[in-house]
Amino acid sequence: MQLFKEDTNINFLAMRKPALLLSALLIIVAIFSLATRGLNLGIDFTGGTLIEVGYQKSAEINEIRGVLEQNGFAEAVVQNFGTSRDVLIRIAPRDGENSAAVSNRVLEILRGQDPQVDLRRVEFVGPQVGEELTNDGGLAMIYALICILIYVALRFEYRFAIGSVAALIHDVIIVLGVFSVLQLNFDLTVLAAILAVIGYSLNDTIVVFDRIRENFRKIRKGSPAEVVNISLNHTLSRTMITSLTTLLVLIALFYFGGELIHGFATALLLGVLIGTYSSIYVASAAALALGISKEDLMPVEKEGADQTDQMP
Amino acid sequence: MNRYPLWKYLLIIVVLVVGAIYALPNIYGDDPALQISANRNVEVNELLRDRVVTALEQQQLAYMAYEFMPGSLLVRFADTDVQLRAYDVLRQTLGDDYVVALNLAPATPDWLRQFNASPMYLGLDLRGGVHFLMEIDMDAAIGQAIQRYVGDVRTELRDKRIRYLTINAVDGQVEVRFRDQEEFNKALDAVRREYNELELSQREENGTYILNASINAATQQEIRRFAVRQNITTLRKRVNELGVAEPVIQQQGDERIVVQLPGVQDTARAKDVIGATATLEYRMVDEENSVRDALAGRVPMGSRIYRERNGEPILLLNRVIVTGDQVVDASAGIDQQSGGPMVSVTLDSQGARIMGDNTRENIGKRMAVVFIETRTETRMVDGEPMRETRRSEEVISVAVIRGHFSKRFQTTGLDSMAEATNLALLLRAGALAAPMEIVEERTIGPSLGAENIEAGLRSVVIGFLLVLAFMAIWYRGFGLVANFVLAINLVIIVAVLSMLQATLTLPGIAGIVLTVGMAVDANVLIFERIREELRVGNTPQAAIKEGYSKAFSTIADANITTLIAAVILFIFGTGPIKGFAITLAIGIATSMFTAIMVSRAIINLIVGGRRVTKLSI
Repeated sequence: MQLFKEDTNINFLAMRKPALLLSALLIIVAIFSLATRGLNLGIDFTGGTLIEVGYQKSAEINEIRGVLEQNGFAEAVVQNFGTSRDVLIRIAPRDGENSAAVSNRVLEILRGQDPQVDLRRVEFVGPQVGEELTNDGGLAMIYALICILIYVALRFEYRFAIGSVAALIHDVIIVLGVFSVLQLNFDLTVLAAILAVIGYSLNDTIVVFDRIRENFRKIRKGSPAEVVNISLNHTLSRTMITSLTTLLVLIALFYFGGELIHGFATALLLGVLIGTYSSIYVASAAALALGISKEDLMPVEKEGADQTDQMP
Repeated sequence: MNRYPLWKYLLIIVVLVVGAIYALPNIYGDDPALQISANRNVEVNELLRDRVVTALEQQQLAYMAYEFMPGSLLVRFADTDVQLRAYDVLRQTLGDDYVVALNLAPATPDWLRQFNASPMYLGLDLRGGVHFLMEIDMDAAIGQAIQRYVGDVRTELRDKRIRYLTINAVDGQVEVRFRDQEEFNKALDAVRREYNELELSQREENGTYILNASINAATQQEIRRFAVRQNITTLRKRVNELGVAEPVIQQQGDERIVVQLPGVQDTARAKDVIGATATLEYRMVDEENSVRDALAGRVPMGSRIYRERNGEPILLLNRVIVTGDQVVDASAGIDQQSGGPMVSVTLDSQGARIMGDNTRENIGKRMAVVFIETRTETRMVDGEPMRETRRSEEVISVAVIRGHFSKRFQTTGLDSMAEATNLALLLRAGALAAPMEIVEERTIGPSLGAENIEAGLRSVVIGFLLVLAFMAIWYRGFGLVANFVLAINLVIIVAVLSMLQATLTLPGIAGIVLTVGMAVDANVLIFERIREELRVGNTPQAAIKEGYSKAFSTIADANITTLIAAVILFIFGTGPIKGFAITLAIGIATSMFTAIMVSRAIINLIVGGRRVTKLSI
């Protein structure tokens, strides 16, 4: 089975300008939302206490809220989680008191109301740890980008390196933007997913770059733009198939992986879609805009080679 | 054309067989079991086994098997119901000498165990349990050391008859004030000679000469290291008392300790036992002044009012004789003479010397034990974390010194055996070097753990099937090869995870799922190349050869960059993220092997060296 005709020749680069506009628009919206609304950070980063409990039958959210309020947890966020019997309670770190004992007290209160309550999960993150996790997460992202920049620059060319990193930053900002606009919960697993997106999107970009390099060396005629376009067409079917298989497993993860992995699957689904688009439109277009040409990619000739030719 | 040398086939077969053996234990599941380990001074031997077997048979509780592990005895049961009943029976029968813990023992058959094969280690999010991150208050540790130096320097100056005005701990330094320069200089020499780990500085203020001594960096480092070590030791002992099978207690970073207790459900109790810091001080009772006067506000110099357990006030001298960290061992027992509960205490040599001097002079007088409990909490004050230590002091026993003793002695007059056991436990656990607090907790209930495994497995299976179906439809014959290779890849990932005994977490499973999706990428790259080569008119054999060789560098570049991302995730990630990074990295490595080498071997085996006119691709 084949997706595209054998002589597929879609003029991707003709769409460069509209694509640029679209990307710019998405990034502006993302940055605007990140700046004004910010991310809905989970307790991994903000610190605080999160308690998940299970009831025998549908839980009465309002009653739970009421009993917590009576016992001094007025600011607790109470909501259903997954099913109507599961309840998630989030308590922000508060002035005056914030310790590992909070979860014990909440559980005592809930057991007083209904002794059948089943403790499913407790997460407590102290303020000092939350701050560190935020810093480490940001650092990880920056180091990953720098290492990748260096590797691609060594292995290919600095213009490719800039192109690929531009695509990665593009992907990360847009995924973060979607999480910000929809106010989806952003926790450690989502951060891991975004770093995996970096890996995935890069994988895609490298495959395209590899073909561009090969074609620059092989195809004698044609402008750089034409060569890039041919390369994109050559790799198109692979790009689509790999995205498709990855999306298939991510959909399985999204629907069957359970609540805890939901954010992770969402971030990766978004990331794979955007990463596929960016490896075509952002990475290649950026490398082209920086003036990549045939001469930059020719294998380095040995220095002695010319001289032997001149010998009589 | 397209033939592999024999050694490559052999290599692949060896990898497959080894992979299969080490992946296999994972399909056998677990038996509910009890793990019985010795608490102190007792051995795990045939005698214990006989006691266990007799106790279980008396209650008609059927066990499946028992086996000796290093330092413990493992008894397997058919279901958790019997396991829980046996748990109660054995705890009663064996008493305090042994720790009985609920456990899940892998039901790996004997022939597999001979290869040292065992199933993957499941993380707490999959098996349920408690994860604590404890942080040691290092400022307090250094502060305690400074306090010790204040005492030492004071003694030194007195011994040398050097007159000083005051000696105090100020801003993490020992500060001694002198009236004149001559005494100051003598003190400077003496302190410099005796304590070369102190950094000395001097200044003059309003006619008084001030000597400041701070602990040098190397010694401070040593104090920190010691604080972590001592806290880990204490935590181990306390966790043992909780009866947890396979607890993890590890240092993380410079001042933190990770405590993982699989299967623990009563987190409140775990927190109480782990979080409290108990220390003891032996002090003499002030027999010369009356408590009533002190309560009226006339507290005599050198004494302080304490409360006993029943709330009665008691006046104790400020001078501490021995502290908890000089207590080497303590155990509860029955006093031969009175028949009441007692705690027998052993001191270290320094403590023994001081105790010896003290008791010789004070026979007939009363000595008290003050139990000091410290809990550290971090509160948010105006958005800034503020550390706060709460300290509660209570006199837990007052006893008359009956005779001269030093290294070993007994404390009697305790209310009950339970209290004696409790006191002995806390004495044994020793005084913590520095207070700790829980800065992170992650508890997963057993029901959620089971659900997580199920959901994780389901998503792996469904994702895997979707990819298999897609590849078979898309690439037909070659697709089947890719599918076979993908299955092998999955087996090898599980085998490597089992061999490394890496912890499998829910994000780890997500990593495996993602690897399944991405692993086919290498085959897609190769197959698309082969199709291209066929299109340009190459023969099938040449197309296969060219397809593999041209795709190789692309695959390598693409995978190495993803590997970079995985390694950075591993370095910066904590807990669950590390699990994801490990499976991702292993998946990348194994998929390179299977997608390139194993798939080529199969294709070579089928079409290699033959005249082929058409490929099923």
